[in-house]
Amino acid sequence: MARITYMQAINDALAQEMERDETVVVFGEDNVGGTGSPGEMDAWGGVMGVTKGLYGKFPNQIFDTPISESAFIGAAAGAACSGLRPVAELMFVDFMGVCFDQIFNQAAKFKYMFGGKAKTPMVIRTMYGAGIRAASQHSQALYPLFTHIPGLKVVVPSTPYDAKGLMIASIRDDDPVIFFENKVLYAVEGEVPDEAYAIPLGEAEIVREGDDVTIVAIGRMVSMAEQAAADLSSDGIEVEIVDPRTLSPLDTDTIYESVENTGRLVVVDEANPRCSMASDIASLVAQNCFEHLKAAPQMVTAPHAPPPFSPSLEDLYVPDPEKVADAVRKTVGQGVAS
Amino acid sequence: MTEVAGAKELSKEELLDAYRTMRTIRDFEERLHEEFATGEIPGFVHLYAGEEAIAAGFMAHLDEDDYIASTHRGHGHAIAKGCDPKAMMFEIYGKQDGLCHGKGGSMHIADLDKGMLGANGIVGGGPPLVCGVGLSARTRGTNQVAVSFTGDGGANQGTVFESLNLASAWDLPCIFVIENNGYAEATAQAFSSKGIDIAKRADGFSMPGVVVDGHDFFAVYEAAGEAIRRAREGGGPSMIECKVNRYFGHFEGDAQTYRAANEVEEVRKEKDCLMLFRRRVTSAGLVKESELDQIDEEVKNYIDECVREAKAAPEPTPEHLVTDVYASY
Repeated sequence: MARITYMQAINDALAQEMERDETVVVFGEDNVGGTGSPGEMDAWGGVMGVTKGLYGKFPNQIFDTPISESAFIGAAAGAACSGLRPVAELMFVDFMGVCFDQIFNQAAKFKYMFGGKAKTPMVIRTMYGAGIRAASQHSQALYPLFTHIPGLKVVVPSTPYDAKGLMIASIRDDDPVIFFENKVLYAVEGEVPDEAYAIPLGEAEIVREGDDVTIVAIGRMVSMAEQAAADLSSDGIEVEIVDPRTLSPLDTDTIYESVENTGRLVVVDEANPRCSMASDIASLVAQNCFEHLKAAPQMVTAPHAPPPFSPSLEDLYVPDPEKVADAVRKTVGQGVAS
Repeated sequence: MTEVAGAKELSKEELLDAYRTMRTIRDFEERLHEEFATGEIPGFVHLYAGEEAIAAGFMAHLDEDDYIASTHRGHGHAIAKGCDPKAMMFEIYGKQDGLCHGKGGSMHIADLDKGMLGANGIVGGGPPLVCGVGLSARTRGTNQVAVSFTGDGGANQGTVFESLNLASAWDLPCIFVIENNGYAEATAQAFSSKGIDIAKRADGFSMPGVVVDGHDFFAVYEAAGEAIRRAREGGGPSMIECKVNRYFGHFEGDAQTYRAANEVEEVRKEKDCLMLFRRRVTSAGLVKESELDQIDEEVKNYIDECVREAKAAPEPTPEHLVTDVYASY
């Protein structure tokens, strides 16, 4: 066990899986950095440095690509059908627009369209989220566009421990997995076992127990919920925080059980609110836990607007602990006394 | 004996196989043309008739563990790559025992066990996939090759340009075949690509590009052989443009008013691939007319059987609606 960053946890997972299985290959723009250049190889190890050092250990399993997402994301699908377990990097999920066909019409559908014969074990690593002043085309949280597609799995780790275990599970999985890495979380540290371990896809985690309100929080929003919970606790409100960890499959059982106990739901999601995970979870709870609800489910999300550039605006864009606490108090205030 | 280009390296057995492949595709497609008109076949069907020499010429060089990615006009590629025509016919009728259990249909016929990565409903969808197969072969150290088929319409998709470039950058064992039948749906290649030889674009991606007559099995066979040999030996990707004509519309039901009067009739009379093949191999004394006639008869009966059985085959049952979405979920 060591205290390492979220970024290092992902790097460790990739290294251990590449070591274990030589059909695991990693590629993307500048994932090595320096290919064909007069200077050094492994110059970047990915634009944020997530894959730094892998080239030195696995020179035949990690490759740079042209800036050509349609071709290399599609190549991941073709490679997955023919004997490899590729981990392709779509640098920022905002770039899905130039290659989405290869993901949702090709990789996601092979198994179904081909009558069950295909196996497409691929991972697309991608960065999401606001908070680094990267503006509208490098800051979105577009996972709902992927959870909508049958055939894809969607993973959003919130801690270094989960990032490693979920990455290993994603690589070993036989379906295409979209692995969302929050760029603000890269520097966050946590305790992570040295050995390889897999966290099953589709299992939520109860991050904090409480009997008054259930908060379902996604990715970086888990830490916002935790900060709100500490504040609320001093007011005598105990929240339970559920981190779904994977959005497809979604562990609805854990969410329902929590809401059946608390009777109140707040969903915290930094994605836009319409047709989102927040609206989906609120809807599922309304349909399936109606008789247990003491108040209307609440959503704390980004507004229905693109992420802005200006720091003073971007700081308003992402849900913060205060907004989460307000939503919790609203459900408590609205509720029938228990 | 007349000299037949490329024929010398083919055994009699191989010549008969190539003819049988082309004849099977032709009869399969012509029969679908008839059956579609009855209204019994659901959905869209895009027929390959007229282009058979291309599929047969390439696939004659490929092993079962080589891969191809096809187009929505994919029946010919599938048959030539070894997919079971009867299971394909069942699939086109949407039946449970179809090659994809009725979930894919004509536009998604695939059989990964045969190295057929699928017909593809997305124009230009296939070339990125073969880059992946090429990467897989290179990484695993096999000598497999991957061939993508794209039409003249698909040739203008960004995915094709990107794939040519990626295959070149990564030195992949991939062959990009452009089947230029003159029309992207109802729009002429004369307009959409200015009527250029599309293979010229290969030069911009630092790979060889050649143009061949797609009606001529032997010309295709020769060009394909060279490109596939080069790819297997680590010489990287190639592009081959086959100029050809399709005998039917873009899809069945297409009135084809955009085509010249008698356009297809003249091609059928002058350049039909089966006719050219028959003429050459018989006049060169390589194969007897009667041997080809026998194949014609066998194929005709076989296609009859495929259609008869497909019509009578059971439909998928409701529980299959949601199976095989995931390997695990």
